[in-house]
This record gives sequence, structure tokens and C-alpha cells, in this order.
Amino acid sequence: MSPANFVLYEEESKLLFDGLVRLRQDANARAVFLVDKNGQQIANAGDVSQFDITSLASLTAGNVAATDGLAKLIGEREFSVLFHEGEREHIHISIVAKRAILVVIFDDRSSLGLVRLRVKRANLELERIFEKMLQQSGSSAVAEERSQDSPFAEITDEDIDALFRD
Amino acid sequence: MTFINYASKEINCKIVYYGPGLCGKTTNLQYIYNKTSPDARGKMISLATETDRTLFFDFLPLDLGTIRGFTTRFHLYTVPGQVFYDASRKLILKGVDGVVFVADSQEARAEANVESIRNLGANLAEHGLDLATMPYALQFNKRDLPSLVGVDEMYRVLNFKREPTFEAIATSGEGVFDTLKSVAKQILVELRKR
Repeated sequence: MSPANFVLYEEESKLLFDGLVRLRQDANARAVFLVDKNGQQIANAGDVSQFDITSLASLTAGNVAATDGLAKLIGEREFSVLFHEGEREHIHISIVAKRAILVVIFDDRSSLGLVRLRVKRANLELERIFEKMLQQSGSSAVAEERSQDSPFAEITDEDIDALFRD
Repeated sequence: MTFINYASKEINCKIVYYGPGLCGKTTNLQYIYNKTSPDARGKMISLATETDRTLFFDFLPLDLGTIRGFTTRFHLYTVPGQVFYDASRKLILKGVDGVVFVADSQEARAEANVESIRNLGANLAEHGLDLATMPYALQFNKRDLPSLVGVDEMYRVLNFKREPTFEAIATSGEGVFDTLKSVAKQILVELRKR
């Protein structure tokens, strides 16, 4: 009884990436990440090479999950924005379309006010993209067309065994 | 929930190691980390107390290579085993693709194993998941210690769907990779079905 997979196709990936690039520029941020609530990185933009993206995604999702738990304990549905202030680097975290997490890393070349303003606008755009993704995954015609291209239906036992050969 | 990214050609799967406190979940991950080539693994993160008890989770990303042109990544998590960390355990099970239950083979922990496996079932149900139908492996750990429960007896009490079961000594690595491979294979077979 596993839930459906979360599938990201190139078209939506490009739309999300373009949205993140715009946000990074508008907010004057160092890097922007979009992370699934389960801890998987979806897309990123900016100066990402110096960050351990996988760890960042996992810890962000853990952070949001723990904060959601705290919210429920005091009768809130969620805390939709988190902000971590460092000496030089700061992290702004917000929820997009209930299922993804938008992470903005910025330094003193930007400000919390600017980031909050730009994130609000970007959230609307990203939500529209996620809505489109959900509509398409619900559309049987689109789903069927795409599932025909799925490379996984043809995975053989040999393919799987090959992964585990030392 | 496996994340398939067609743009970056990646498959990402989440495996959670579950079990009672001090059963060896973190030790499983540490052994995997130590024995995996640095190219194939990311950083291991342990959110632990000052006494090295898991506080929130351990996390280890593993890259197993490519399958049909897609890079196959497994994200391994442990949960905190101590009974009072139940809220954290529930959070970590979110989006899980496969579970390893690490049972402590010592007689004194027999009851804790049963309590933990029940807790696992209840917490999975809160995410709409059922151990009976998802990728799952069972590990009897600490087979090198004295005062052990026999393997047959542990199997009778803990195994409920003839899930793959492994004897292990996580400190020396015995059974650790066999357990991981078993659950990872089951996840990929599930992927083929969908």
C-alpha cells in the first residue's frame, strides 16, 4: 500500500527553476532551494556549489516537520514561515502549495524585509506551477501518455542485481 | 513515496530503520557509511544528545549507481528508539518507501521489540501505510551477545508475513548490507509494478 510516486517532468522542472532564478535575483539572495516535505530536493538556483544540498534538504524537511508538530501542539495548523538568523548568513523557509518548502539563503547584501516581500510573490507563481502539476497527474490522458514513456516498467531483476554488485 | 525526477534523471527513495532504544539502528548506518566509497555516499548527519543517543534522526544518503539511465539514490534514516520520542518517530516515517526493523536479540529486550513493532504499525497507519504491503525487512541484531533469545523464537514472535529476516552483528557489519539490499530491492520491484 505504498502511496503514488512524486514525479517531476522536465517541463515543470524548467518552470520551477525559472521561478527560483527570478526569486534569487529579485531577493538578491545567495541561493534558493525548493525541497519536498519528505526531504528530497526538487530544484535550486544560485550559488549552490558550496552547500551540501542533500543534507540541506533533509534537515530543512526535519525542521519543518518538527515545527509543524509544535504548531499542532498549540492549536495552530502550521507555522508557514521560519527564519534563522546567523551572524552573516540567514535562512528564510516557507511552505509552498502545502507540499513543498522554499528555502532562501541570503546575507547582508539583502534584508529580511526584501526576502519576505519577494518570497510572497514567488509563492504565488510556484503554487500555480504545483497546481498545474497536480491537475496533470490527475488527468488520465496525460498520465497515460507519460506512463507509456516510463523507463521503470521495464526494469529487470538483472538491472536491480547490478546495482548491488560490489 | 519515491521521488522520480525526469529532469535530473534521478530516483530518490527513503528507507527508515526502526526499533527499540539501543537496538543498533545508528550502528547499522555507521557501518554502511564506513564501508561505502566516498563517491557513493553523502555526509552522515546524526542529530543526537550529548550522550550519543539519537534525538531526532540519523541521515545517510547513498548513491547506488544508475538503472535505465537514472541515478538511484537511497536516503537512509533512523528514528530515536526511546519510547518518549514517539512524536519524532511519526514525523520521520513521512514519505517512507521501505522499513527495516532492527530487533535487539537480548532476552531482556524481548518485550521492547514487541512494543516497538506495534508502535511502528500504529505510526505507519497514521500515514496511511501498512507494513503488510510495503517493502520491509527484519533484522535480529546483536547475535554476538550473551543471554540471547533463539532465532526461531524471535522469528515466531516478530515475523508476520515471511518478510526477509537477517541475523546481524551491526558492530562488525555481519548482516548489515544483506538487510539493506533486501529492502532496497523490494522498493525497486515496487517501482516496476507502478
